[in-house]
Amino acid sequence: MNGATGTPTAGGQSARPRPRRDWGEAIITRLIQLSGYSAVVFVGLIFFFLVREGLPALVDVPLRNLFGTRWYPIEGYFGVVPLLTGSLVVTVGAMAIAVPFGIGTAMFISEIAPRWAREVLKPLVELLGGLPSVVLGFLGILVLSPYLRQLLDLPTGLTALAGSLLLGGIAVPTIVSIAEDALDAVPRSYRDAALAVGATPWQTMWGVTLPAARSGVLTAVLLGMGRAVGETMAVMMVTGNAPVLAVRLASIVSPVRTMTATIAAEMGEVASGSPHYHVLFFIGMLLFVISLLVNVIASAVVFRQRSRAERVLS
Amino acid sequence: MSVSGSPAAAPASDSRRQFRATSVRRRRVQRIGFAWLSLMAVATVVPITLVVLYIVQQGGPAISWEFLSGLPSDGMRQGGILPAIVGTFYLTLGTALFSVPLGVAAAVYLAEYAQENVLTRAIRVAIINLAGIPSVVYGLFGMGLFVLFLRFGTSILSASLTLSIMTLPVIISAAEEALRAVPQAFRTVSVSLGGSRWQTIARVVLPQAVPGILTGVILGLERAAGETAPILFTGAAFFLPRLPNSPLDPTMALPYHLFVISTQVPGMPLQIQYGTALVLIVFVLGMNLTATVIRSRARARRQW
Amino acid sequence: MDKIVVDNLTLQYTDGTESLRGVSMAIPANAITVLFGPAGGGKSSLLRCFNRLNDLADVKTVSGRVLLDGINVLDPAMDVVALRRKVGMVFARPVVLPFSIRGNVTYGLELMGIRDARRLEEAVEQSLRLAALWDEVHQRLDDPAIALSGGQQQRLCLARSLALQPEVILLDEPTSGLDPISTGKVEAALQELKKNYTIVLVPHSVQQAGRTADFAAFLLQGELVEFGPGKDLFTHPRDQRTEDYITGRFG
Repeated sequence: MNGATGTPTAGGQSARPRPRRDWGEAIITRLIQLSGYSAVVFVGLIFFFLVREGLPALVDVPLRNLFGTRWYPIEGYFGVVPLLTGSLVVTVGAMAIAVPFGIGTAMFISEIAPRWAREVLKPLVELLGGLPSVVLGFLGILVLSPYLRQLLDLPTGLTALAGSLLLGGIAVPTIVSIAEDALDAVPRSYRDAALAVGATPWQTMWGVTLPAARSGVLTAVLLGMGRAVGETMAVMMVTGNAPVLAVRLASIVSPVRTMTATIAAEMGEVASGSPHYHVLFFIGMLLFVISLLVNVIASAVVFRQRSRAERVLS
Repeated sequence: MSVSGSPAAAPASDSRRQFRATSVRRRRVQRIGFAWLSLMAVATVVPITLVVLYIVQQGGPAISWEFLSGLPSDGMRQGGILPAIVGTFYLTLGTALFSVPLGVAAAVYLAEYAQENVLTRAIRVAIINLAGIPSVVYGLFGMGLFVLFLRFGTSILSASLTLSIMTLPVIISAAEEALRAVPQAFRTVSVSLGGSRWQTIARVVLPQAVPGILTGVILGLERAAGETAPILFTGAAFFLPRLPNSPLDPTMALPYHLFVISTQVPGMPLQIQYGTALVLIVFVLGMNLTATVIRSRARARRQW
Repeated sequence: MDKIVVDNLTLQYTDGTESLRGVSMAIPANAITVLFGPAGGGKSSLLRCFNRLNDLADVKTVSGRVLLDGINVLDPAMDVVALRRKVGMVFARPVVLPFSIRGNVTYGLELMGIRDARRLEEAVEQSLRLAALWDEVHQRLDDPAIALSGGQQQRLCLARSLALQPEVILLDEPTSGLDPISTGKVEAALQELKKNYTIVLVPHSVQQAGRTADFAAFLLQGELVEFGPGKDLFTHPRDQRTEDYITGRFG
């Protein structure tokens, strides 16, 4: 009995696979592999380009100017701090609205709503998440801002508040989708056990189910926040675009300017290679790093769930 | 079950009364709480629904065949928005062309080939990061790489490539999930019948994952179609006398058009603004609805 | 004449469980050999060595040889694709591919690149007849396979493997989810098939083992305890452990 090598040749079947198939499959496998690596390549590319054009800002503009509180490019003032505070105020305001409404709605859909309501609400929320932000900004200008101006007796309705309201509306669908998935994934047995020892559904929701889903809910909030920070058009259209330091309480009802709006508004008018150009890329770098941080934290909060990916990136 | 109030039965009735009082309070709290949550859910959904209806109402009168198929005139204040519609269509197509093959292939790699090691984790982190990058930063990147460095100029090509990279994470995630949903048993059976890995993927796994992939692709393209910031510096133009002739031409696009006419054109008739917004919404939400329909129909026709 | 010879086979998975310990046996051709024993005994692992399906699992070490017609299938140079066509497998839960009935049967042939419609049709009829399924489905071959009953699906899986004209058929608890009538049909088909094929079967009950075995191997915790002709082993087991298991003293 020869034992070691050789292929069986009985039964009239080919002993060796046709070389052509092997060769074709090897090429396809290689292409697929390269595609898999592409995401890393792109992130690297993006970072590289931002740094390439943004780092010169540290050279072109003295640091005291760059991190100063005056943003007035025409006269050479490139202080990014007002833009940072602008983004901060609008985002914090947006989260103050989006988190309660988002989690509340998610709890409602997952724990209280009857079957028919759930079938209506979930697709509806998803639909609303698909609305282009420019449309919301558009309505912000025509409807929301005049209304706010009237309601609060302000000189103008184009304020951080308007931005926060719109951003909150944009972030809510993201939060609702992911949080609702997380709540849905909590095993039924948890709720049953709580109810069995005499808790009301209300107590069960808040005392058992929500804590059990907390990593997913946290992910939802973080990703909603990421969406808010990165939003450009809606805020550009309604926040008034005044790059003033936004640190007083009254700043909420005054015009501000976010980092994203600054880039969008001024990029078209800068000369390539000028200090202004470099500073705008520098702001882009800051935004990239901020979103990186938010996402790293969000993914460190591990949450395994079937349809999570679908929600996260839609 | 009633509580006897007679003093002679004191201890038992006291505790029963306490029990009932507590549960009455708890039930009231619950009722209020439920009502409050319902209100929140309503407040979340209703205003934006009203918003869409408002746009339909205000913009509806502007919609006509001339509006949809005509060229603009008088500095955009009159005429139609055909170039914007066509432009958005081209951009969506261009985005699909680049992002779908690359995204699906990457998803196949992650779902079928990749092993659990550092490289795979790095890829996943990269995907999550790509998803979180602000759209305006994509615009900056697109301008730096495609418009300037590669000298494609402000063009449909540059804008589509930029939008593709932005759409990539959405497609990869949806496609990977669709591939993973196909039962592992199919792969085992195919291998036991002498199938190679690629044969198994091409003949069994991919075809079964197509509806899920398609849904993800449409949702990704829906987002790309509605985005303004990435195309601001890479391909969008405001007033173009003709439709674009080649991928190297700049183009009008619905989201950008809406932005400009609502913020930078004095004397712009309101109705045209609402009409443009309406067309954009219909385009985008139409895609959303298509994706939803595909998803539910596929679920019903599944053979496993 | 022995079709498969197992020579001192030892197998260990990455999670530390040792599945097979120095198993040696000779499986005769054109007969039904049954591998039976309590759960975790290594029966499925052994089966999956025969068609190298263990390559898909987390195997840490494997030593020893498995000779098919004198050739060691565990050799890394072995052409596993050709091997799997020669050694077919039917699994415990009927897994029909998401195609039509006809599509399921022709799948393996299409993998080989065979496209001749006539040849495919012949294969379909021949395989379905061998699996005792032809009479029930020949008028609806284009229906989705998922529409068949459990027993029919399992026979379809059998036909699917038969279409490749294997020499050995491995069955891993093929009737575990089926009703008695379907089980009977599958067992009857196997009795017919053994005239031309070598059959290795992991039964889902001792009774099934007793009914079908021409030869039987009792595997306990990775060890081969006893091997012999079915009649002898079930009526006069030589090892006490075998007798205890058959009589139900443990399971």
